[in-house]
Amino acid sequence: MTAKTLFEKVWERHEVVPETADTPAVLYIDLHLTHEVTSPQAFSVLRARGLKVRRPDRTLVTMDHSTPTDTAQIFGGVPIALESAAKQIRQLERNCAEFGLDLIGLKDDRRGIVHIIGPELGATQPGKTIVCGDSHTSTHGAFGALAFGIGTTEVGYVLATQCLLQRKPKTLAIEVAGRLAPGVAAKDLVLAIIGRIGVNGGTGHVIEYRGPAIEALSMDERMTLCNMSIEGGARAGMVAPDETTFAYLDGRPRAPQGEAWDRAVADWRTLRTDAGAAFDRTVQLDAGAIEPMITYGTNPGMVAPISGRVPERPGDAVFSRALAYMGLEPGEPLRDKPVQVVFIGSCTNARLSDLELAARVLRGRKVAAGVRALVVPGSQQVKREAEALGLDRIFVDAGAEWRESGCSMCLGMNGDTVDAGLYCVSTSNRNFEGRQGAGARTLLASPATAAAAAVRGRITDPREFIH
Amino acid sequence: MDPIRVIRSKTVVMPSTNIDTDQIIPARFLTTTTREGLGAALFADLRNDPDGSPRPDFVLNRPESRGCQVLVAGRNIGCGSSREHAPWALLDYGFRAVVSTEIADIFRSNSLKNGLLPVVVDETTHAWLLSHAGAEVEIDLASSTLKLPDGRAVTFPIEAFARYCLLNGVDELGYLLSKADEIAAYEARRA
Repeated sequence: MTAKTLFEKVWERHEVVPETADTPAVLYIDLHLTHEVTSPQAFSVLRARGLKVRRPDRTLVTMDHSTPTDTAQIFGGVPIALESAAKQIRQLERNCAEFGLDLIGLKDDRRGIVHIIGPELGATQPGKTIVCGDSHTSTHGAFGALAFGIGTTEVGYVLATQCLLQRKPKTLAIEVAGRLAPGVAAKDLVLAIIGRIGVNGGTGHVIEYRGPAIEALSMDERMTLCNMSIEGGARAGMVAPDETTFAYLDGRPRAPQGEAWDRAVADWRTLRTDAGAAFDRTVQLDAGAIEPMITYGTNPGMVAPISGRVPERPGDAVFSRALAYMGLEPGEPLRDKPVQVVFIGSCTNARLSDLELAARVLRGRKVAAGVRALVVPGSQQVKREAEALGLDRIFVDAGAEWRESGCSMCLGMNGDTVDAGLYCVSTSNRNFEGRQGAGARTLLASPATAAAAAVRGRITDPREFIH
Repeated sequence: MDPIRVIRSKTVVMPSTNIDTDQIIPARFLTTTTREGLGAALFADLRNDPDGSPRPDFVLNRPESRGCQVLVAGRNIGCGSSREHAPWALLDYGFRAVVSTEIADIFRSNSLKNGLLPVVVDETTHAWLLSHAGAEVEIDLASSTLKLPDGRAVTFPIEAFARYCLLNGVDELGYLLSKADEIAAYEARRA
C-alpha cells in the first residue's frame, strides 16, 4: 500500500467523485460553520433558486464578526449601536428561521467566535472536512481535520449540496525540532514560520506541522499555530491527532460518547502521515532558536524578534511605503517603541490559556497611563471560565476593559477600532493597512507580549515578566 | 453570469506586492447583506482621504484609468481574508481581469466564481506590464492567452472546469446539484 500523508488520508475519505483532467473532485463537507457576515448573499441564492439547506445537522451557525462586545448591547436591552450590523444580525436570524437552522444567537451562552466554539463544543474532530466563509477556518486543522476558508458563493454550494468542487492541493511539511523556550508562545512560533516562508510561501499547499515541538503543544497552542496558516498563504494547516487531541475532545457536548467514542478514537489513531510518505515541499525549523516575535510592517511576514530592529531594504519602494504607513524607520530598534492600544482577543489568541498568559503579566500591575487595553474572550464559555478563575478581576483591576466575546478589534467591524496613527499591540492575526481601523498601526504579538506592552506602554520583551 | 470570451482594455497598474483583501475592501463595508454597489468601497482607504475626498495621486483617481477593465498588480494579490466582497467590489467598479505573477488561493477561487479573470503571467511579461501602465491588452479566455500590444502572446493557467463555466456563463452549483445521487450514495455509505 502506498504511504500517505495525513492530508491525503482525509482528502480521500471525502471524495464523492474523484477529480479528473476535466473536472475537480466533488468533496464532501462534514461540518459547515456559518456566520452573519459571509452568509446573507448565499442564503439569497438559495432563496432565488428554490433550494433547501441539505444538511442542517452539519451546519453550525453563530454570530461573531459584526456583533457588539458591549454587555449592555447584548444583554441590557440597549440597541446595537451600529445599525448595519444590527440589520445583518437580524438577517441571519431570519435566514436560520426560514431554512430550519439552529442558531447560536446573540444571547446564547454557547456563542463566541466560530473558530473557538467549534472545538469548544466538540464539533471539530479529527478527520473531518470543515469549511466556513472565513479564512481562519484553518484553525480547526489543529485536530487533524482538513479545514479551510471559502467565499460566499461556496457557502451557498455547501448549504445546498454539502459539497465543494476542489482541485487537490499540494502538501508542505513544516518540521519543527526542539522545544519552545520559556516565555516563547505558539504565536511567536507561527510568526517565525511566516517570517521564514513569507506570506505567499504556502500558496496552493496544505501544511502539516510536525516534529517534537509541535507534539509538545497544547490544543490551544496548536489552534493558534494552524489559525495563521492562511497568513503564510496556505488555506489549511494540520496537526496529526494524538493523546492531547483526544483528551481535549473527551466529554465535549458534540463529541462521540460511550462506545462511539472508543470507535472514533481507534479510527483517529490511523490519521497520521505514514513513514515514507512524500510531501511536495519540506521546511525545517528549530523551536529553541525562536524568540518572542513582533511584526513591524503591514503583513504578517514583516516580523522580527522583539530584541531586533526594523530591517533595512534600500531601493524597495513597497517596503518603504509599508514603513511610512507604520511610522517606523529602517534600522530602528523595536523594543521601547511607545504604544497606545493593546488588544487581547481574536480567533488566534482568545482561548482560556491565552487569557491566563496575559493575566500572569497583568496580575497586580496597572495598564500604563495613556494606554487603552481591551480584553475580549473568544467565547462566552471562555468568559465564564476566566471569570471563575478571577481573571476578569485581574484585567479590570489593572485598568483593562473586559468584554463579551466576538471578533471585535481584530477587524474592527463592530465599532471596536483603533484610531488613525495609533500603535496597537494586538494578539490577532493581521497587521494589514487599515485592518483595525483606517490608518491604525498594528503590531502582532503573543498575549504575553501584548500584556507586557500594556504594562509598560512600550514594546516590551515579555520575558521581563515571565521567567 | 454572462459568458466571458475576450477582454480588450487598457491596464491600470498597482505595483505593490501582497495587496490584501482588506485593502481591496475594508471590513467596515462588510456589514451589507447584498453584493451590489460595492464598487464605491473599492480600495476605499487608498482612494480617499479620511474626509472622503479623492486622493489625486491614487491611480484609480487619475483620468486615464477611467473605463479600464484590467488591473495589473504586484505579486500575491488577494491574500488574507476570504471575503468575496473583494471580487464583487472589483467587478462592480468595472474590472474584468486581474493580472499578477501570483494570486492568492481563496481570492482566485472567489474571482472565478464571479467572472473576474485571474491571470497569472511569468515574471518577464509581468515586469513589462508593470512598466507600461495603460497598455492595451487582449485576454482571450478560450485560448487562455494574454496578448501584448506588440503582438506577443503568453498563455496563462486556468482550471479546465472553471474555464468551461466562464465561457458558457454557467455556475458550478448546477453541476454539483446534478451529482445529488452520488452525494446521497456517499452519505449512505458513511452513515
